[in-house]
Amino acid sequence: MIVGERKPFPKILQSVENYEKILVLGCGECVTVCMAGGDKEAKETALALSIARKRAGKPVAVESKTVERQCEFEYLEAARRQVEAAEVVISLACGVGVQAMNMHFADKLTVPGLNTTFMGMPLRQGVWTENCLGCGDCVLDLTLGICPITRCSKSMFNGPCGGSQEGKCEVSKEVDCAWQLIYDRLIKMDMLERMEVIHPPKDWSASHHGSVRTSVREDVRIDGQ
Amino acid sequence: MTASNLQKMLDRGNFAVSGELGPPKSADLSTLKHHAHDMRNHVDSYNITDNQTAIVRTSSIGVAATLIQMGLEPNVQMTVRDRNRICLQSDLLGAVSFGVRNFLCLQGDHAKFGNEPGSKNVNDVDSMQWLQAVKKMRDEGIFIGGDKLEHPLPPLFLGAVVNPFADPFEYRPYRLAKKIAAGAQFVQTQCIFDIDRFERWMTKVRELGLHKKVYILGGVTPIKSIGAARYMQSNVAGMIVPEALITRLKGAQDKKREGINIAVETIQRLRETEGVAGVHVMAIAWEEVVPEIVERAGLYPRPVLS
Repeated sequence: MIVGERKPFPKILQSVENYEKILVLGCGECVTVCMAGGDKEAKETALALSIARKRAGKPVAVESKTVERQCEFEYLEAARRQVEAAEVVISLACGVGVQAMNMHFADKLTVPGLNTTFMGMPLRQGVWTENCLGCGDCVLDLTLGICPITRCSKSMFNGPCGGSQEGKCEVSKEVDCAWQLIYDRLIKMDMLERMEVIHPPKDWSASHHGSVRTSVREDVRIDGQ
Repeated sequence: MTASNLQKMLDRGNFAVSGELGPPKSADLSTLKHHAHDMRNHVDSYNITDNQTAIVRTSSIGVAATLIQMGLEPNVQMTVRDRNRICLQSDLLGAVSFGVRNFLCLQGDHAKFGNEPGSKNVNDVDSMQWLQAVKKMRDEGIFIGGDKLEHPLPPLFLGAVVNPFADPFEYRPYRLAKKIAAGAQFVQTQCIFDIDRFERWMTKVRELGLHKKVYILGGVTPIKSIGAARYMQSNVAGMIVPEALITRLKGAQDKKREGINIAVETIQRLRETEGVAGVHVMAIAWEEVVPEIVERAGLYPRPVLS
């Protein structure tokens, strides 16, 4: 899923300081699951804004609403009435949702209420980890399901650096060394000889480094363009 | 074209001594030149660190130009942390163009440790890939992307680093084997304080016959104070500083003298270790003790090779 964290409240407050009618728009997908931008958080944010502005002597009309999915135009229609009534929208979706809103309601400004952090998963209640950088050329078959590009702090392809100690990354004792994990798993699967393979430099052109990516599937297109 | 002095020293079976210079956080190289000059008769080549611990300093290649002007031999460290493959290859050509022949290919400490923690870590290629890329540029005359160099490169002496003190410990000799396969002709180790662990690593290295395929230079750093030892013990990535060593320093009246004694003893033990071809003395911020260490370790005068 896409994991996000709410922006510090003073920043949110500052981003809408010149507006008097505000809509806080949540998203029912990833950010609901990671408890950063769902219906509950949208209501909380709206209430907090209302209280803070009242205290500051600049009362504001705040509404909240949550759509099922902010990253697709058709789902945004469910919020049309609230969007049109507001002067500005605070989106609690990921960066994709914020941009979809600005494209779909081009006359209205939608500002981000979240920082989109990464593609990852909940490891346990309240803890999420980063697992995928979307590099466009998956190598998880080679490394037995542990991504060296994402989970090694130096994105190394050919084994652990000299900073790996007791299973942890040199960057932080909180971060597992991805290559220690891969090494252990190769032993478990009796494939340790894979450590000897020298993987050549990666072709990063399939990733964001190759420019902005657009994915086209001719077999499912219906627009005929 | 002749081989570098470091390569000749090792090829002819002399126990090599390389030194290390850390460029300053300025463009004023006067102190560095002074240090280089002071140890010129005691080391065979000088490693020039590349923005060590991710702190911005004069570039290793820039300093190498100064050393060459002084008639001294640099060993240019190149990390993959700050440059993509375009820049790495271009910088390598630039360094070769004014006479650099020794290159040490490294990954580099994470930028988080340095004075620009907000910077991007490039890591376009990793240290293994970079080492192999330089070998291919030299031996096959091709760039990473497959394009051909317009003229062949002169002989280059390619180095890498190995860390017997990192984990997984059992993998570390095989990592050396992989670096040899990628193109390493010499390797320098992380600072050796835990000599027992180093010797366990060397036992496996010899068992695999790797000491006959690559020159291994043991890393030696004199410890200046208990504070410095503690700092390396807890803050420097991939180091092991045994408690016994700190106890020994504590018991000594003159800590600095004891630090030098330990370095000398370490070199003497390394000289007796089969498969160790030389030492790499890293006395960053304490360069003035290098001549004394080299002399007391019985490695002075340095052979002068034609």
